[in-house]
Amino acid sequence: MLLTRNWAMIAALGTATLLGATACASPDAASGPESSDTASATPSGSITVYNAQHEELTQAWADEFTQETGVTVVLRNGDDSELGNQLVQEGSASKADVFLTENSPAISLVDNADLLAPVDADTLAQVPEQFQPSTGTWTGIAARSTVFAYNPSLLGDAELPASLLDLADPAWKGRWAASPSGADFQAIVSALLELKGEKATSAWLAAMKDNAVVYKGNSTVMKAVNAGEIPGGVIYHYYWFGDQAGTGENSSTTKMHYFKNQDPGAFVSVSGGGVLKTSANPVAAQAFLAFVTGKSGQEILKTGTSFEYPVSAGVDANPALMPLSELEAPAIDPSHLNSTKVTELMTQAGFL
Amino acid sequence: MVIPAAPPTVNTAPDSQGPASESAVGTTESRAGSARTDAPARVPKRPSPFIVAAAGTVSLLGLLPLGYVIVTGILTGWPALSALIFRPRVGELLVNTIGLVLITVPLCVAIGVGAAWLVGRTSLPGAKVFAVLLAAPLAVPAFVNSYGWVSAVPSLHGLWSGVLIATLSYFPLVYLPCAAALRRLDPTVEEAAGSLGSGAWAVFFRVILPQLRLPILGGALLVGLHLLSEYGAFAMIRFDTFTTAIVEQYRSTFNGPAANALAGVLVLLCLVLLIGESGARGRSRYARIGSGVARVTPRRSLGAFTPVGYLFLGGLFVLAIGVPFSSVIRWLVQGGTDVWADAVVGQALLQTVGYGLAGAAVTCLLAFPIAFLAVRYPSRLSRGLESVNYLTSSLPGIVTALALVTVSIRFVQPLYQTTILVIVTYLMMFLPRALVNLRAGLAQVPVGLEEAARSLGKHPVAAFLSVTARFFVPSALAAGALVFLGIVTELTATLLLAPNGTRTLAIQFWSKVNDINYVGAAPYALLMIVLSLPVTYLLFARSRLTSVS
Repeated sequence: MLLTRNWAMIAALGTATLLGATACASPDAASGPESSDTASATPSGSITVYNAQHEELTQAWADEFTQETGVTVVLRNGDDSELGNQLVQEGSASKADVFLTENSPAISLVDNADLLAPVDADTLAQVPEQFQPSTGTWTGIAARSTVFAYNPSLLGDAELPASLLDLADPAWKGRWAASPSGADFQAIVSALLELKGEKATSAWLAAMKDNAVVYKGNSTVMKAVNAGEIPGGVIYHYYWFGDQAGTGENSSTTKMHYFKNQDPGAFVSVSGGGVLKTSANPVAAQAFLAFVTGKSGQEILKTGTSFEYPVSAGVDANPALMPLSELEAPAIDPSHLNSTKVTELMTQAGFL
Repeated sequence: MVIPAAPPTVNTAPDSQGPASESAVGTTESRAGSARTDAPARVPKRPSPFIVAAAGTVSLLGLLPLGYVIVTGILTGWPALSALIFRPRVGELLVNTIGLVLITVPLCVAIGVGAAWLVGRTSLPGAKVFAVLLAAPLAVPAFVNSYGWVSAVPSLHGLWSGVLIATLSYFPLVYLPCAAALRRLDPTVEEAAGSLGSGAWAVFFRVILPQLRLPILGGALLVGLHLLSEYGAFAMIRFDTFTTAIVEQYRSTFNGPAANALAGVLVLLCLVLLIGESGARGRSRYARIGSGVARVTPRRSLGAFTPVGYLFLGGLFVLAIGVPFSSVIRWLVQGGTDVWADAVVGQALLQTVGYGLAGAAVTCLLAFPIAFLAVRYPSRLSRGLESVNYLTSSLPGIVTALALVTVSIRFVQPLYQTTILVIVTYLMMFLPRALVNLRAGLAQVPVGLEEAARSLGKHPVAAFLSVTARFFVPSALAAGALVFLGIVTELTATLLLAPNGTRTLAIQFWSKVNDINYVGAAPYALLMIVLSLPVTYLLFARSRLTSVS
């Protein structure tokens, strides 16, 4: 099975290269032999994916999935919480077939509204248990680690925070940055909430309001750290690797500090994927999820430019990354993370 | 320009801005009675019920966003609502937003009037070239301008950066109407003041400036409304206003009560601006009443101040156009041909033009009944219908979009996430742009010609089409062009409402900018500017035209 998938991928890549080179406009879709191992029916038609993941990553998944199966994939791009809440509001009227998130709180939100269909057993079998919720209604598709990006010329190694909680100290006033309006940072706060409780989280957020400099977007935080505008910032790891793989212009003078030690700051966030109960094309939707968590989907995480961690099908992380096992992340059931409460606390703290 | 045009767009009907100074008003008022009044010609018939129904429907639709804000406010209940409104964060936003308006609007007025006077009244060589060049910033959407500035000076952030970028983006909204009005002023009034011993400065402040009151107020109102509703330009420089905060709440909760509470406060700010402007207009007459054609005002030499004049105009052009353009070009060069190879570029261009054309056509078509009633059957009803639409378009796009998302999900699901809903939103946001132009165009057609055609046996509809419609084709085209310009650079409402898979130039630009992919964003920035340039020129040309008529 894996063999045929790989052949299909090679054929697809070959076709793409050929098309690119000759600018020939007659794609003779060489999708290879039938490779569906998910459902009895053959996927066909089209699906709509509500995509909160990085557009480039999901587009790469979608393109290859289309090459393999002929299923057209339409993306609606947005943010975790936006699309999650949107799905809840749309309810049974939603045109979405699949929901992909960057962090698990948003997909839990949709799951709690009872809108997700059970994921195919074969798909769940590909994914290690730690990356899926007990409900079996969605699955992890990728993972990302919290890091503290810092500018060594402004912050010596000895001064680095030992814990995320240290950043509440007045000594950090005006010296660290974050992007609290984004779902990424809100997921980190949800981990804090799960690990330390509501009172400690509220207090930490209040201190953060005094201390932190607010930027919009993790890339912007890293750019500011790199430019020396601010000593450090809490972001996810892959922004740094992505920039390094490109021009490095926003990360060349920046280093990364992993909190480790099961600290809330060592939180590894699971990106989720699920199929909507109301999907008009469940066969293709399940096939897409199987593809994303399968070998070729996970290989895109390993070899592509996303630098997110693969979580299933036995695919290793990009060798440039610190292995998942060395991150010493706190153990958290992804389905316990509560986005609604976090938004409420952050609104109270004056970030939203 | 991301948002609504309010009542006095840059090329409103010329009748409100004619020459004659305030000081002259008192003496001419008595003669006004015998002068030709511009009472509308009466067509001896009641308006067709079909037209009234069409105008009424469009206007009722226009009340939807305001109704939404009020109804959700009531449903949320006062305790919850006050908890969401009376909190430190809202205070921060209030300070930021009001500070922005209070600083930027006077700056835009000073720069706009100064520039209009320099290009219109001085003998500065090249003044006529500058007259066109200074309208060009209107072709650069504010969020593209911000992108250009952030590329050049990455550390820009906060209130003063917001003031800088907003002033450079919006001063033409004051400059254009003032330049047009300056050309129409009757030189005899200034000469009279001069002969009574007033110096050049005294003439400017006591005679010229008071006569520019309406275009200044109209332009200032537009600047204020743009400031309240702009999202992208301020988000990029980390400056939080009500609109950026509402978008962030939307991104965290879709359409939660906090977003709606903020929207309510923002709507109140808009109303304050609208009421303030109409209060400040006063009741003075500005129309020139003397017979014949006013002479062209002689241009004044700047003498030793010529270099200062150049420095001002040149500096303005470099800051408003030079900086954003050079950034876009720098990123384009860096990106080479690769960034254009993305098939999405072509797709986004086609979709944007498609939305622009469809939106412009529908808006002009549906604005027509309202304009027709306003010109041919002026009454309390027609004035009411008109002002409802001005009000809606003054609301920020994010408020209108939130209202339509919620209403369509709950009550008209077949329309949800369809192109039709997007076009309806554009209609609500940009209707006044079409309305003021169609109205001005219709008003200029002598109704007697149409009546003559009827008396010669033509069916009323045929008479209208063959006589009146032909006269106002240019106005209709201008109306459509202005709506098109608004749609091409619209970001927030399109983001919320577009059907799945839609990618407009503005959406793609914003998605690239969010990933700090400034190279990838450059083609979209360039295409938006290129699409806007001809329309901006048209706008400029029309503002000159009305000044001659």
